[in-house]
Amino acid sequence: MLLHVEDLNIEFHDHIVPETVVYDFDLDMEEGEIVGLVGESGSGKSMSALAIAGLLSRHDAKKRGQILFEGTDILGCPRETLRGLQGDEISMVFQEPMTSLNPVKKIGWQVEEAMRIHTKATPEERKRRALEVLSHVDLDDPERVYNSYPHQLSGGMRQRVMIAAAMINTPKLLIADEPTTALDVTVQAEIVKLLKHINKKHNTAILFISHDLSLVRQLCGRVLVMKGGYVVESGNTEEIFNNPKEDYTKHLIDSIPKVNLDE
Amino acid sequence: MKRAFKDFNFTLGLILTAIVLIPAIIGIFWTPYSTETMDNAMKMAGASLSHPFGCDNFGRDILSRVMAGTGTTLIIGLGTVFIGTLIGTIIGAFTGYYGGLVDDIFMRFNDVMFSFPSLLLALVFVAIMGSGRIQLLIALGIAFIPSYVRIVRAEYVRARNLDYVKSASLAGASDLRIMFVHILPNIVKVLINSILIGFNNAVLAEAGLSFLGIGVQPPVASLGRMLSDAQTYLFNAPGMALAPGLTLIVMVLGISLLGKSKVITDR
Amino acid sequence: MSNILEVKDVHVSFLKERHTIFDKRNRIEVLKGISFEIKEGEIVGLVGESGCGKSTLAKVILGLIKPDSGEVIHGSTHPQMIFQDPYSSLNPAKTVQFILEEPLKNLTNLSAEQRLVKAKERLGQAGLDEKYLTHKPSELSGGQRQRVCIAESLMMDPKLLLADEPVSALDVTIQAQILKLLDDLQESLGLSILFISHDLRVVYQLCDRVMVMKNGIIVEQGEIDRVYRNPQHEYTKQLLKASGIIQ
Repeated sequence: MLLHVEDLNIEFHDHIVPETVVYDFDLDMEEGEIVGLVGESGSGKSMSALAIAGLLSRHDAKKRGQILFEGTDILGCPRETLRGLQGDEISMVFQEPMTSLNPVKKIGWQVEEAMRIHTKATPEERKRRALEVLSHVDLDDPERVYNSYPHQLSGGMRQRVMIAAAMINTPKLLIADEPTTALDVTVQAEIVKLLKHINKKHNTAILFISHDLSLVRQLCGRVLVMKGGYVVESGNTEEIFNNPKEDYTKHLIDSIPKVNLDE
Repeated sequence: MKRAFKDFNFTLGLILTAIVLIPAIIGIFWTPYSTETMDNAMKMAGASLSHPFGCDNFGRDILSRVMAGTGTTLIIGLGTVFIGTLIGTIIGAFTGYYGGLVDDIFMRFNDVMFSFPSLLLALVFVAIMGSGRIQLLIALGIAFIPSYVRIVRAEYVRARNLDYVKSASLAGASDLRIMFVHILPNIVKVLINSILIGFNNAVLAEAGLSFLGIGVQPPVASLGRMLSDAQTYLFNAPGMALAPGLTLIVMVLGISLLGKSKVITDR
Repeated sequence: MSNILEVKDVHVSFLKERHTIFDKRNRIEVLKGISFEIKEGEIVGLVGESGCGKSTLAKVILGLIKPDSGEVIHGSTHPQMIFQDPYSSLNPAKTVQFILEEPLKNLTNLSAEQRLVKAKERLGQAGLDEKYLTHKPSELSGGQRQRVCIAESLMMDPKLLLADEPVSALDVTIQAQILKLLDDLQESLGLSILFISHDLRVVYQLCDRVMVMKNGIIVEQGEIDRVYRNPQHEYTKQLLKASGIIQ
């Protein structure tokens, strides 16, 4: 078992009345598995993902339950242990490739960052590895990208860079939070293909968060549907698509615009 | 309103401001003694029942002078902020909304003005226009304009590219209407904060200028004037500095707290 | 049926931003000869990826940008626009009533009562209760905001609506509701809509005709079924493939 989440509850305290955003969230992931997490905005999907990545700060969110990553308790372990995992065993790709890269640092520096923190590799080794991962995410001319600044790249290229940076230490779990939402449709398809490829090549487990059910269907073997903080339905993606049990899931699937050319 | 009082900053700010403001308002109509009558017998008298804050070096009742002086200082503070905000907002709105060459020229000029401390700038104006309450008010007001231009312009630059502005121009609104009916209410939040901070700065600047002897002229009472008079006798009669100093501190603290409170900032 | 909009050979170019004053100012052509027409009561989709010139074309049609050459002929009143992001297209400081009445205040002589009656009517047509008139945008959900935007765009009784990605910022269930609303309004008011989107599925659901744009040129246009079943241009095929519509 790579990841075991049990009874996760997340509560926020920044208002006078505490607000629960995630209720009784359970999830088990094996190594090399791709799981989709679907829901509309406010359903709690991103919160759950942030908690799994250990990125929910302790001050404003109260968490109950258990998150075990390879046996390490993410919620209870000391800060140092968590830092040792982040960027090494667990990494994350965010929605906005425009804001998730630091605009004043060169791409190479940013891609190498996780390696600089977690390994004792020499600068030459780091550069070699960075160029390697940049070419693995299908960027032409990795050398040029390595020496560029974020504003010199297109949205799709930036998202590839983000994935490269996340993959530099070949993590066991990659959390992708709406990684294709801000991108054009042709680029979207390429990124999904890339994620599939990464999964196959490195046996990296991927937790793919999206509101786009057709993308989830293309990528994920298993899916969890969330609404209002609860997981309303989970199971095999094709089964859920062909035979949704919950009304909400049905409604969600019916809302996808249909293109039927065969009539 | 009930919720407002749960906000600690708001409640305390309101109380502190009231402590200073109520006597100041009364002071406009009535003070226990005349602010200008001198009494040789009472020179630098300590606190007593008839003179709760004692008397100054001319034997004038300090309580009366603080009550009147707070009013003077307040009027200068409010006037300064009013001039600075009004003109600053108009210039900032035009330069920020239109951009281009006019904006460039204005902003470089503004930068030059900005590079002088406002106190120094006010000093220059006072030197040109002479000293006195009105002159001081205008001088400080002008000196405060550049900082408001900065703030307002930045907000307009941000706002002019938002869709609701495009939408307003599609709805046939004129540029003036877009600037002052559509955009202005959206920057009030930022503006109120800088007005409150500006008010504090103006009060302190008045005190500073009067302290230097170029602000309010004797025998008119103002908090700054009184502090400057008290300085000479700081070791003989520390009580003279205490009342105006404390009043100034309480007033500035009260208004700063109001400015920070959620009631004001969440509008 | 008469044309509600004719766009004839429109060219638009912009001056490239200079980094230093010594740089040569190059012109970039954004629209390279765009021609099309929209008939009365027609919903036309305009698809293409970011940077292809879709939004510039919308601005040209609205008259916010003057084309270098070519002309835009409107068959009736001025067109109105629905923007992509309902969070930035509504003035956060104003009530729904103010927002809806604004065009009437500026462009008509209607009295306050007449304006209110009209605002209520349009809000109702957009599927919102009149109690929302006193609300501010921050009190509304994304879907409700987009309904307010739609009501706002209808205030001056336009014959043509430009909708720039009006549903791409919304959740999928809300998206379906807004699409249905646009479809209903088109029918009941006889509107024409130019629907700009990058989502080919959404376009298929709503539009009668589609135009595919790339690098400032319309590479293909035609009846929606014809284009989706039998795409002629390589780029159209590529888009349809990426959306998973054709294999």
